[in-house]
Amino acid sequence: MSSNLLRTMSEKVWDEHVARAVPGEPDLLYIDLHLVHEVTSPQAFEGLRAAGRTVRRPDLTLATEDHNVPTVDADGPIADPVSRAQVQALRDNCAEFGVPLYSLGDVEQGIVHVVGPQLGLTQPGMTVVCGDSHTSTHGAFGALAFGIGTSEVEHVLATQTLPQARPKTMAVTVEGALPDDVTAKDLVLALIAEVGTAAGQGYVVEYRGAAIEALSMEGRMTICNMSIEWGAKAGLVAPDETTFAYLRGRPHAPAGADWDAAVGHWRALATDVGAVFDREVRIDASTLSPFVTWGTNPGHGVPLSAYVPTAESFPEGPARQGAERALTYMGLSAGTPMREIAVDTVFVGSCTNGRMEDLRAAAAVIGGHRVSSAVRMLVVPGSTRVRLQAEAEGLDKVFTSAGAEWRGAGCSMCLGMNPDQLAPGERSASTSNRNFEGRQGKGGRTHLVSPVVAAATAITGRLSSPADLPPVATGA
Amino acid sequence: MDAFTVHIGTALPLRRSNVDTDQIIPAVYLKRITRTGFEDGLFAAWRNDPEFVLNRPEFDGVTVLVAGPDFGTGSSREHAVWALQDYGFKAVISSRFGDIFRANAGQAGLLAVTVDGDVVNRLWQLVEDNPAVEIVVDLPKSHVRCGDLVADFDIDDYTRWRLLEGLDDIDITLDREAYISTYEENRPSFKPATRLF
Repeated sequence: MSSNLLRTMSEKVWDEHVARAVPGEPDLLYIDLHLVHEVTSPQAFEGLRAAGRTVRRPDLTLATEDHNVPTVDADGPIADPVSRAQVQALRDNCAEFGVPLYSLGDVEQGIVHVVGPQLGLTQPGMTVVCGDSHTSTHGAFGALAFGIGTSEVEHVLATQTLPQARPKTMAVTVEGALPDDVTAKDLVLALIAEVGTAAGQGYVVEYRGAAIEALSMEGRMTICNMSIEWGAKAGLVAPDETTFAYLRGRPHAPAGADWDAAVGHWRALATDVGAVFDREVRIDASTLSPFVTWGTNPGHGVPLSAYVPTAESFPEGPARQGAERALTYMGLSAGTPMREIAVDTVFVGSCTNGRMEDLRAAAAVIGGHRVSSAVRMLVVPGSTRVRLQAEAEGLDKVFTSAGAEWRGAGCSMCLGMNPDQLAPGERSASTSNRNFEGRQGKGGRTHLVSPVVAAATAITGRLSSPADLPPVATGA
Repeated sequence: MDAFTVHIGTALPLRRSNVDTDQIIPAVYLKRITRTGFEDGLFAAWRNDPEFVLNRPEFDGVTVLVAGPDFGTGSSREHAVWALQDYGFKAVISSRFGDIFRANAGQAGLLAVTVDGDVVNRLWQLVEDNPAVEIVVDLPKSHVRCGDLVADFDIDDYTRWRLLEGLDDIDITLDREAYISTYEENRPSFKPATRLF
């Protein structure tokens, strides 16, 4: 531990969770919330069973079904027998070990990283883990939240702790204000393109500055969600009035005297004035514009107004070879304007951009327009609650009357573990988080975009921003 | 977990960077609930190409993977480690790993060691010149050897100790249960529980 008494927020959260500290060994970190889903947990429960162990704190553990679930015909049994067996294994394991589970059909079911915050379970100053790399999402609340593997899932189930080496700290300060039609997604894509996909390795990142403070909780979640895409262990934002207003009154948020005690504690988490980060990065939000990816990792991003880059524009060595491979895989020629790239599919959803604000933003763009006849557009709410809220606001009708498909909640085409996949060679504009080769289906080609760029792209059939759209006739 | 001391084996030169865990094993293979049998998913998309290095007969029986920088980025799927192990790999050498992949490897007993990028380049050259050449991965000495090349590697002390002793992480923590109980006695009352009462 640093001898400096001034601490950053992540160091304060860390220090509060150390159950055992011995020099030369990792700290034993206590975990406040363990989120579980069907893909990375079956072998962990099996390990417990084989060793005759129990779940230490089922009351700090919550499971939901998200990766495999169909987004159509969700009322019947899951058609794919392997997916069905995996979901059934989660149900059996949760029943056997006493872990609360929100199953398909439950109003609280949804993507694990959408469900935790909307229930008010994700709170400032907590440690949150899940067998899922996008656990970093929960950092938007000032929680220390990170993804773990299945062996670690088993470890947390058995002990409610994890041995962890203390990470380094980084500040990403975003000053200025985001221009119109430039979103949290554009900001994080621009950041990753700037610093590279490995810049965060070994760091917990604190996002701060005027542009971050101006974001809603949902925008902060989008930013923190993609911390892992540039290698960071976790990303967090200091809790403030926006955070408290979001949490107050949610089912699991503190109430009464506990609320006051909690808020007092949460306010004290902010990084001390004068505390030193191991690394600092600065960005001016006012210079940003809609950002899209052209290649096969999230660092392969450019402004929508730019062109597909040449491989030679990358440093000689692995980066250039990677760019050459990416251009070939994506079927793109250097110098092509990004706005000329035609897509077959538009996907709005995922733990990155599947919340209410995202759906409202996409609906506001698409209202009064038609989805291009060359495009299939899927709109997949991040949770069943989000679906119901969107339907109450009439957003489903906005999407379906424009020709988009309105689906049930789940991870869906973000990773194509359910039937929502790209066919080989198909190209998507996707509000998800990864443009890896084959991520959305074998041979599929993914361009990462914001919800408003996704909606505009669905209308024109080519990568577009709302500014590219013709005005909608009114009063008809 | 079996103890890891010294491994000697032939190697696969994977001249690619940013090999994310979706490439190591695509999501469609993650639906299984077993702990073994993931070898068919290893680099599944790339193995469709007959020229892919893993398909070349001179690299049959390899047990050491030498990969470009940023190996194992992306998804937390430990299946990526299991697929490598199920195929027969005992060690992975790279100049940089995704954090979660490296942690998963340490948990599952796959040795993931970090060396300088030029060491990776020299190993690639040695193995491509002679696919039968053996690489020695020596955990007690924390170095790799191949021909005349001897290079120290980085691995954190705790993982190194656990691998050398073949210790189960959960057993170690459960021995320290008293610390956990003491911690729990002092947790604030406003912390949430996942059941509503």
